[in-house]
Amino acid sequence: MSPAPLLSAFRQALSEAWASGAGLLLPLGFFSGTAMLVPFTLGDQAETLAKIGPGVLWLALALASLVTLERVFQADLQDGALDLWVQEDTSISLIALAKTLAHWLISGAPLIVMAPVLGRLLGVPFDQMVPAMLAYGLGGLTFFLWGGVAAALAAGVARAGLLIALIAIPFFVPAIIFGTLSLNQGFDGSAILFLSASALFALGVAPAAMGAALRLAAD
Amino acid sequence: MWSFFANPHRFLGFSKVAVPIAIALGLALTAWSLYQGLWVVPPVPDQGGDIARAMFVHVPSAWLSMGLYVGLAGASFVWFIWRHELADVAARAIAPIGAGYTALCFATGAIWGEPTWGKAWRNVILYDSRLMSVLVLLFLFIGYMALRAALETRQKAARAGAILAMVGLINVPIIKFSVDLWKESTIHQGSSVLRFGEAASESAGIHPVFLLPLMIGFLGQLLFVSGLVMMLMRAEIFGQQADAMLARRLSGA
Repeated sequence: MSPAPLLSAFRQALSEAWASGAGLLLPLGFFSGTAMLVPFTLGDQAETLAKIGPGVLWLALALASLVTLERVFQADLQDGALDLWVQEDTSISLIALAKTLAHWLISGAPLIVMAPVLGRLLGVPFDQMVPAMLAYGLGGLTFFLWGGVAAALAAGVARAGLLIALIAIPFFVPAIIFGTLSLNQGFDGSAILFLSASALFALGVAPAAMGAALRLAAD
Repeated sequence: MWSFFANPHRFLGFSKVAVPIAIALGLALTAWSLYQGLWVVPPVPDQGGDIARAMFVHVPSAWLSMGLYVGLAGASFVWFIWRHELADVAARAIAPIGAGYTALCFATGAIWGEPTWGKAWRNVILYDSRLMSVLVLLFLFIGYMALRAALETRQKAARAGAILAMVGLINVPIIKFSVDLWKESTIHQGSSVLRFGEAASESAGIHPVFLLPLMIGFLGQLLFVSGLVMMLMRAEIFGQQADAMLARRLSGA
């Protein structure tokens, strides 16, 4: 087993993001736009916004992962890359994992960087947002892994966006609960540990399920 | 053992007798339990009075919704490992019934909880952790059915559905745990049916007056559901046989 297909899958996912959109600017715009809509819908009271701001960013992260999931594996199925990967002796599960990590880097990591700024705009103090950055990273990884399972299962379905979202939403529940709890508890509480555990669990289980689903899609 | 049950002809022969018996007996037991529950047993003042009679629908449907999801994942596992077609037929039949029971459990829980817990519950239906777990389970069922419906061939739908059901089952305990952590102080009472405490103490289990109709009701609904699942499986098998016959006739053989 050679690592070359893994690297090429990873690089291809990154370069596709740059080619098909404005790269990292697109997710950044999505997060900032979501944050911009919040005061319009929920009022302009500073206390309210500061209280719900981090939770709103969790929602934005979940939505961003749902919006982009449709293309993760579908493009590979259409251009034949998936058929080539299935024939390689490299595990298809590891390739799916590499693609998911690239997807997370593109769509999830920008929020980690933007979180303190967006939080500040909503009136959340910096010292609350800095531990939250780790939580956003771990939570985003969990979202993209379970969402990747849904995307792989629906890779053969045309216009699968809403279907993928429907399948993935229940799997987002633990990460979103542990993540929002960790906002109040900071590094001292147990929620951040549970969040890490759920990310590790997803890291162990989701690639196997993605591999099985992708082999099915390539048939 | 699986191979013995996996033979469709053996199943058709068995279920031809079993379906009417299970459905008739199940309906009779359920009717008796509902009569006992709705008219005979006394109302429970501290559980909202007469509305506590929702228990006789709420509790069996709660157990069945969880049991049916485990059954769905179990059938998927058997199909995925041994490729017994009958297991996939079973998984496909279980999904809509499980979704129905989950919706029933959520609806009766909300109807029971709103006037009973009232202000303490803050009048928000999506507030109690045990009800929220049920709602997430409903979404797992719906996602499973939506995925199966979207895939073109039966074989693909069976494979994708099996993967999703198995991944879902290993996530159910984590979801349950996380939702419990979300609202540590649920106002929903703890499990009280399988707890045998002293009658006067705070930790007492359910009163024997309710226990018998409740268990009979659960048994009745369980029989009814098994009959219903087998009936749907028979319909599916007959549908496949009809398709095969049509294909043979069209090919002129």
